[in-house]
Amino acid sequence: MYPIIVFSVSGLLMLFLGLSVNKKSLLPYNLLFMLVGLASNFLDWNAPGLYFNGMLEISNPIILVQWVLIFAAILVSGISSRQFDDTHAYPAEYYAIMQFALVGALIMVSFQNLLMLFVGLEILSVGLYVLTGSDKRNLRGNEAAIKYFLMGSFATGIFLFGVAMFYGATGSFDISSGNSVANNLLEGKMFFWLGMVFIFIGLLFKISAAPFHFWTADVYQGAPTVFSAFMATIVKTAVIFALFRLAAYSFNLEYENWSKFLVIIIGLSMVIGNVTAVFQTNFKRVLAFSSISQAGFMLLSLIGLGAQSYGNLGFYSLSYALATISAFGVFLVISSNTIVEGRPSENINVFDGLFSRNPDLAIILLISMLSLAGIPLTSGFWSKFFVLNDAAAKGYFWILILGVLMSAVSLYYYFNPIRASFKKTDLGKIEISSLSKYTLYVCAALTILFGIAPNILRSLF
Amino acid sequence: MLTLLLLIVPLIAGLFLLLNKSKSNFTPVVYIGIAVQLAIFVYAFINFKSNPSLLNFDKAWLPDFAIRFHLGLDGLSILMVGLSVVLVSLILLAVKGLKYENMSHLLGLIFLTQAALIGVFSAKDIFLFYFFFELALVPVYLIANFWGGENSSKITFKMLIYTVFGSLFMLVSFIFLYMRGQSSDIDSLRVTVTLLPNAIKQVLFWGLLLAFAIKMPVFPFHTWLPDAYSQSPTPATMLLSGLLSKMGVYGLIRILLPFAPDGINNYGGIVITLAIIGLIYGSIIAIKQSEIKRLIAYSSFAHMGLMAATVLTLSVSGMQGAIFQMVAHGFNAVGLFYIAKLIFEKTGSRNLAQLGGMTQTAPKLSIMFMIVLLGSIGLPLTNGFIGEFLMLKSVFDFNTILGVIAGLSVIFGAVYMLRFFQKTMFGPLSESATEISDIGSKELAILIPIAIVVIVTGVFPNLILNVSGTFVNTLTNLVR
Repeated sequence: MYPIIVFSVSGLLMLFLGLSVNKKSLLPYNLLFMLVGLASNFLDWNAPGLYFNGMLEISNPIILVQWVLIFAAILVSGISSRQFDDTHAYPAEYYAIMQFALVGALIMVSFQNLLMLFVGLEILSVGLYVLTGSDKRNLRGNEAAIKYFLMGSFATGIFLFGVAMFYGATGSFDISSGNSVANNLLEGKMFFWLGMVFIFIGLLFKISAAPFHFWTADVYQGAPTVFSAFMATIVKTAVIFALFRLAAYSFNLEYENWSKFLVIIIGLSMVIGNVTAVFQTNFKRVLAFSSISQAGFMLLSLIGLGAQSYGNLGFYSLSYALATISAFGVFLVISSNTIVEGRPSENINVFDGLFSRNPDLAIILLISMLSLAGIPLTSGFWSKFFVLNDAAAKGYFWILILGVLMSAVSLYYYFNPIRASFKKTDLGKIEISSLSKYTLYVCAALTILFGIAPNILRSLF
Repeated sequence: MLTLLLLIVPLIAGLFLLLNKSKSNFTPVVYIGIAVQLAIFVYAFINFKSNPSLLNFDKAWLPDFAIRFHLGLDGLSILMVGLSVVLVSLILLAVKGLKYENMSHLLGLIFLTQAALIGVFSAKDIFLFYFFFELALVPVYLIANFWGGENSSKITFKMLIYTVFGSLFMLVSFIFLYMRGQSSDIDSLRVTVTLLPNAIKQVLFWGLLLAFAIKMPVFPFHTWLPDAYSQSPTPATMLLSGLLSKMGVYGLIRILLPFAPDGINNYGGIVITLAIIGLIYGSIIAIKQSEIKRLIAYSSFAHMGLMAATVLTLSVSGMQGAIFQMVAHGFNAVGLFYIAKLIFEKTGSRNLAQLGGMTQTAPKLSIMFMIVLLGSIGLPLTNGFIGEFLMLKSVFDFNTILGVIAGLSVIFGAVYMLRFFQKTMFGPLSESATEISDIGSKELAILIPIAIVVIVTGVFPNLILNVSGTFVNTLTNLVR
């Protein structure tokens, strides 16, 4: 609960700091606020309960997920170093909006009332619409922002419609009220089912699961890279946990109905995400489609919905965040060093010869790609393993086989940057700011650490 | 505990060499790493029969999932771990004498491969096994990619996709078994397997087989092999042919046999036939090769085919033969690829047509070559003979016609190997080869131990057969 307050205040402070402090010292302030938020989260440790008139729930597992969100935000801030140095950037606003969006994300993983979920979702989304279009001179950024805003609002509308249906059927916004209609007659349950489907669709849109994924690639490509990373990690984590809460508390008695529908969505996400990614030449689009397929994998935990699923999902989220942020971070550095037609190149060939230009970055890229592909020694292997186990526990072996096949496909596009980085080149060395360097080191080191000893993280949940 | 040490020593040495920034000063680390490992292994081998608990290491890895970090050595494992320790040490020394850039990193990656191999060969938990099985590929992939020629990126990528694709099916099978048995321990899962419905047992067989068949490889999954072996740099080729391919055979014995005996009874014949086809096919293609690395690659493929076939006959002699041949072929393949590399370094050519007459200027090399080559052909009193004999016997017992066809491979083997020797060593001295120097003590330090192994294990095969005997008897009683 405390980080929600901290970030609401610090976001406002950040805006005022932007007036008085010079641009370069904004990032340290941002990091400081985030660390304060991270620390404040532990005040609630071992003090589970409901807050704000039963609107929010706080318990240790929820705190851990909030910790993952804040930590991912810190890492994203870390790779943003030196990115907002030019005169057209307004870092104070960016960081403030990031903190506000984080508030939304934190609410989304701890809501006890569907209205809170809606509030959280909106706080998160509105912030992101702005961040997506923050590079005003980039036409693609403008296009992406409009697209994201239009489609996002539409999805929110559908979601809200679903919430209204839910309220109509149960007479309450509380998430546990879904159980009260369990024994109703079929006619009475119609509204409940409609509401459930609409709520699912609204949230699946935000997590970019197929077939609600059409905005993803354009938005990831158009948004400034730092915010693409934010979108890929924090939004995804927040929404998947919101879905998980709904699935576990509101709709658990309807498992038989929605699981069949969800399994198809998972299959579609895996196939569309992975197969389309193969044909991309823009690295941000590759990561966008990869995020679609990863969303499919994350949703496997919802299918499992067992005692361990929450922890599996937590592990997956953090591991995915580490790998994705380091991929975006490496890409950010190289891309801003490779200017084509006045803009940083986003083509996959920016990685050519990376190993000779900066070996450390090449190794970090290697680790992050291996983790996304799910090769052992990286945390990505365990995260895939955990969620596949979840699906297997419910007997969905065909989705397991599909997932595995699609993992094999994903090797192709995850290894493209690695192969490129080993090419010979005569381009000069790449310099990198020390903050983003250490951020990337932390990501890579944690990816390996959780790959060797997954229980360090797993046992927390 | 000792097994864990065996795994950690190369890991530390490898990481040290990879993080080492200076160009020199890494030699002591390599020697210390090798020496410490050999010492630990010898100590472990002495205590193997008397005090097996010393070799065991069992610790919870993922308590929520009952997955354990369980390493242990039995008769088969200790042989394979020994092979990894000794052979990788030789490879390290061999590579150190060759000319490569970034030597420290190259040796570091070889050490890491070794760590993963020891993990594969000593894992007692299916997920631990899978973990190392996949992991072993990564450093080899990097070696091949970074130190290889122009095409190597594309070719090693093909290899990577192929093998990972196969092992993912193994992962699915493992998850299935784990769900059914609620345990991931290899030994306790054997009981689970017997309780499965019949149809599932058959599916399980194919799921598990695919991973190992691609890794070895068995016909028709071999298409990655010739390119990968010939285009990769020699260190990667030696690792691939000498050790990584053995992971496939090891997997057959350790995983497939106990987990899918019914599948083997039903479909074993098909796979054995395929493997024998591969054996003959590989041998015939090897005869036609003019590029020496490709020739050895195809010969390697042929040998692996025979090993796969004999393991699936489920006979004691077949299993013993395959295990013996794994060790023998490891040494022979590494020796041959090393000699091919030496020939290439001295003449600048890998083409048989451009080579010749090396006995005149490099007699020591040709003697060493001859010994390794005879082992590879399977001449009596060399290591190749014991393995081939036991293996052919088992195939013959299984099916006479297949046995006869498989027997042809011995003749083919002699044809392509002796042709290889004749074209490179005998005949008139090729023009490019006039200034060839003989090999020095550095090269001999690698080749003499290999030659000693070729002859000693050929004369005293029980050195190896006795170690694996108990294990093989237990296993065959269990699965038949």
